Amino acid sequence: MSLLEVSNTTMQFGGLKCVNDLTFRMEENELVGLIGPNGAGKTTVFNLVTGVYRQTAGTIRFRGKSVTGHRPYKITGRGIARTFQNIRLFGSLSVFDNVRTACNMHLRHGISHALFRGRGFHAEEQEIENSVMELLEIFGLSELRDRPGNSLPYGDQRRLEIVRALATRPKLLLLDEPAAGMNSSEKARLMQLIRFTKDKFRLSILLVEHDMKVVMGICERIIVLDYGSKIAEGLPEEIRHNPQVIAAYLGKEAA
Amino acid sequence: MKKPKTLLLIAIALCAAASFFTGGINPYYYDILITIGINIILAVSLNLVTGYTGQFSLGHAGFMAVGAYSSAWMTLTFGFVLGTSLPATGGVYLIALFGGGLAAAAAGLLVGVPSLRLRGDYLAIVTLGFSEIIKGVIQNAEPLGAQRGLGGMVQHTNFFWTYAVVALAIYGILTLVHSTYGSGFLAVRDDEIAAEAMGINTTKYKVLAFVIGAFLAGVAGGLYAHFKQFIHPEGFNFLKSVDIVVMVILGGMGSTAGVCLAAVILTILPEFLRTVSDYTWLPGPVRDLAENRMILYSLLLIILMLTRPQGLFGKMAFIRGKKS
Repeated sequence: MSLLEVSNTTMQFGGLKCVNDLTFRMEENELVGLIGPNGAGKTTVFNLVTGVYRQTAGTIRFRGKSVTGHRPYKITGRGIARTFQNIRLFGSLSVFDNVRTACNMHLRHGISHALFRGRGFHAEEQEIENSVMELLEIFGLSELRDRPGNSLPYGDQRRLEIVRALATRPKLLLLDEPAAGMNSSEKARLMQLIRFTKDKFRLSILLVEHDMKVVMGICERIIVLDYGSKIAEGLPEEIRHNPQVIAAYLGKEAA
Repeated sequence: MKKPKTLLLIAIALCAAASFFTGGINPYYYDILITIGINIILAVSLNLVTGYTGQFSLGHAGFMAVGAYSSAWMTLTFGFVLGTSLPATGGVYLIALFGGGLAAAAAGLLVGVPSLRLRGDYLAIVTLGFSEIIKGVIQNAEPLGAQRGLGGMVQHTNFFWTYAVVALAIYGILTLVHSTYGSGFLAVRDDEIAAEAMGINTTKYKVLAFVIGAFLAGVAGGLYAHFKQFIHPEGFNFLKSVDIVVMVILGGMGSTAGVCLAAVILTILPEFLRTVSDYTWLPGPVRDLAENRMILYSLLLIILMLTRPQGLFGKMAFIRGKKS
């Protein structure tokens, strides 16, 4: 059983097929890149897997169970977390609270617990605080714990988004253009961070990225989309020399 | 804040102690004092909906009306079933307060459901329409006095009960939004899509905010009905809702301390302005303007809004005392 199985999935908006009969699999502990020219449907694939959209046809299975028709928060609960192309932090909340919010779904107790504050409440809050601080420590954000999310520098915001996604304890992490807007030294650090995250938390990562250096540098396998269809899949070396991929990016003559 | 429960008990004890000294004070000041308490409850409860959860509501007076009328109807109908002694009728009063809150919470559930599909201005219009419907229903309900209003309730609301509810409301809202459970409210306000992606059931939190907010507004309505001893549908109109919204905006969305302060100031200010024309040392034009005190009141609101657009306290947190 694969971790994620997307089979014959199509997403149609009116007459536009954003994703067309897409099939791919992901295994556990795998780092897969999803690339393609602008408008190829990469983010749409993310939105399908996380339940933001519902596919027109086909099935998406996560750990053997269909995710179709479930609300995004339920799918997150099953173990898929994501970051966003244009950063979506909780801007007015502190760095700490941003991550703590992602622990919300793991609470064992409900509203009465928060109101009456018995002994169990404090134990659980302490437990959450410890795990949040541990995560912030690992990613070097613990110094910034009380700063509001939207006051952080761009690179730290990206990092915080990854930390926040990790706090939901995912099995599969979807990263939507994490390197966008970064300079080359920041990108190098990000690549290290992604590889480290994958090994440390033993999860699979599906990475959408435009920067070929990042994609080729860290992905074990690459899937190429063009106009919603998969045009190639394989090792970075194979993709680099695939004539169809070159044609999609640079035009027919170049291939 | 490490021990919110202890603080709550101290606050209630202080209310009880202070209530011994309210017997002798001028009835006019006593009236203002109780009105301040009721307005604080209304403002902090709307703050949960609008300030913390980001759902703009213009119908808070509607929930207050539901609470006021249902609790008044309960005490008028069942007031003496337990006997005529003060503890017996007082007991019925407390049950009626709670029942009024529950009735308002049910109304909050009804409004919370459209809030799942609407946001911003559209939601505001729906909540406004809802409170007008409530008003319309009451105006035509003969058992509730229709256009004549409803009177004859015994004055059970006093300083202690009002401020005990104030303490409970502030306690409930602060403990909620400062817990991990309650962080869901803030997440919904900041970014709904991200909240959903972080495993937060945004539907649940939005409806919950409406239900809790409506419950507290309903209790405030019950307190009001049993203080004034007469309620009228026009007392819960659009302007009352706007008054509460102004308290929340002026206090600073999502700042409970600021909202409490705004409720105090905005209750006292119009009353204080009554007296301005008596101050002979003030220049003539100011005193003339004060004759139309609501004009001066609006001017002061505009000045406050221009100088403190982020609210009286800004984004300062109440509990931890540091910016968050």
